[in-house]
Amino acid sequence: MSKGRFGIHGGQYIPETLMNAVIELEEAYNHYKDDPEFNAELTELLNEYAGRPSRLYFASHMTEDLGGAKVYLKREDLNHTGAHKINNVLGQVLLAKKMGKTRVIAETGAGQHGVATATAAALMGMECEIFMGKEDTERQALNVYRMRLLGAKVNAVTSGTATLKDAVSETMREWTNRISDTHYVLGSVMGPHPFPTIVRDFQAVISKEIKEQILEKEGRLPDAVLACVGGGSNAIGTFYNFINDKDVRLIGCEAAGRGVNTAETAATIATGKLGIFHGMKSYFCQDEYGQIAPVYSISAGLDYPGIGPEHAHLYDTGRAEYVPVTDEEAVEAFEYLSRTEGIIPAIESAHAVAYAKKIVPQMSKDQIVVITISGRGDKDCAAIARYRGEDIHE
Amino acid sequence: MNKKIAEAFEKGKAFIPFITCGDPSLEVTEQLVYAMEEAGADLIELGIPFSDPTAEGPVIQGANVRALSGGVTTDKVFDMVVKIRKNSFIPMVFMTYANVVFSYGTERFIKTAAEIGMNGLILPDVPFEEKEEFDTVCKKYGIDLISLIAPTSHERIAQIAKEAEGFVYCVSSLGVTGTRTNITTDIGAMVKLVKAAKDIPCAVGFGISTPEQAKKMAAQSDGAIVGSAIVKLCAAHGVDCVPYVKEYVKSMKDAVKEA
Repeated sequence: MSKGRFGIHGGQYIPETLMNAVIELEEAYNHYKDDPEFNAELTELLNEYAGRPSRLYFASHMTEDLGGAKVYLKREDLNHTGAHKINNVLGQVLLAKKMGKTRVIAETGAGQHGVATATAAALMGMECEIFMGKEDTERQALNVYRMRLLGAKVNAVTSGTATLKDAVSETMREWTNRISDTHYVLGSVMGPHPFPTIVRDFQAVISKEIKEQILEKEGRLPDAVLACVGGGSNAIGTFYNFINDKDVRLIGCEAAGRGVNTAETAATIATGKLGIFHGMKSYFCQDEYGQIAPVYSISAGLDYPGIGPEHAHLYDTGRAEYVPVTDEEAVEAFEYLSRTEGIIPAIESAHAVAYAKKIVPQMSKDQIVVITISGRGDKDCAAIARYRGEDIHE
Repeated sequence: MNKKIAEAFEKGKAFIPFITCGDPSLEVTEQLVYAMEEAGADLIELGIPFSDPTAEGPVIQGANVRALSGGVTTDKVFDMVVKIRKNSFIPMVFMTYANVVFSYGTERFIKTAAEIGMNGLILPDVPFEEKEEFDTVCKKYGIDLISLIAPTSHERIAQIAKEAEGFVYCVSSLGVTGTRTNITTDIGAMVKLVKAAKDIPCAVGFGISTPEQAKKMAAQSDGAIVGSAIVKLCAAHGVDCVPYVKEYVKSMKDAVKEA
């Protein structure tokens, strides 16, 4: 009876009020996902509006500096709105429009998903409301302004820890309040079925392109692909088309915050345990009584106490590895990529760059590593300056 | 079916109050149970606090925060129920979230709940499709997993009702818990669909705060459930809330009796 399982993970743990909405969504998705007209429309949007395919860039300076495997960067930061989030959002908002919905709502952490949703809503003429933790509205004030500029209403969420998990909870509450004309554009591979599958399918374009591009450039598959993991959408997008290529290591980089031995961490695989929350069974940071932990990371986009159910399954089966990366390591990598390649990555993506810096020197020169740069780092400059003790104003 | 829950609906229309355990303290929660029973409550919903109660509005969210910051845990709630059961045999059900049960160990939680004398369990984030992993254990230990139906359930009502135990919790309105000035759903029609599938009591909750609303809802069903309005009294009066809650429950029970 239970649907949308990845091993033991996934499912649909949501209030009865929302059940018909997710069933309707699943039926619509199953109808449109193989519909040539829908796919042609989506491809047109991805290519002409969002700027796909994104480049696979050979990072020659980084490769030379690290002295090991060849490093390629998958440049999702070059997409319109500056992150991979637009891939999923264009798909979901187009689907919502086909379903006859006139309003979209979404949660956002760093603001990237909120900006992408507000953008797609503006493009497709939909009403849009974004829910963002109050603390994040302060950390990412520029993105709040961008969303309002795009015509969205931004609600600052004050419940709980006032961060991403509370924004998700509040968006779910709002969806139960107004369902008939509203689609919830979930931003990651999480939540109740069918969201983890829908978001994964829309993000799988990342690994589809990596595969084509690396075969063209190198004539072979990479030895490892790396991506940062919060809920895990850019990571699953990076992994998906390599899951059956067993020689390709899949490495997800979690936000360890101040360290996995401190309470100030968001590394779910390293510190969490099996639970049920936000519509899914998966791993969550929680206490012994199942109370969800107040997680922390310098990155508002990775500051989430759970991980998508498909990642939990890839971890269980050993197909993918998940490693913790601290704030300090991520900030160093943020500065490193800026200096060596002239590319300022999102602080989220910098977590993947940081782990690549550790493993690349130990690999041989004929090996290949691909790092997905999920977003650009303009939004993080003020926060990183503050981290380094410099008070700049946006 | 747990016979204590059946009893709650045998004396006419039922009034079902909800309180969050440990708001303002577990000692007060225990006293509230006795006071509400004296005031005429037929069945009591005891909320075990959860950090992220996604089906609750701001009032009950606040109660969860207060209870957890006061140090309430599942074990302490169990200890309180043990004390209550020395003095009261009123039918009681737990209302909490799936992760509270799952993290404790689903079997260990439900076995303990049954042993200390709880009669049912409500998990608002466990719909029909996911109920099996909890329901089979509930059946094994003889407590009822309460099914919910919502204004959006439509054709789902029959399949939910067929497998329902204890009573069916009819969610009156869209959205989360909280008091509402108007309830526009056709409750009578929902109840009729339930009864056509199974002869089981139906109680209406979400949004009810006044005696008039309680009477109206009970008239179309077998009882009324009230949470936020009571939790508001607990928030306003803190450790002194017991007489206020008692008086309120009495006024609501009186209204339900007239239905």
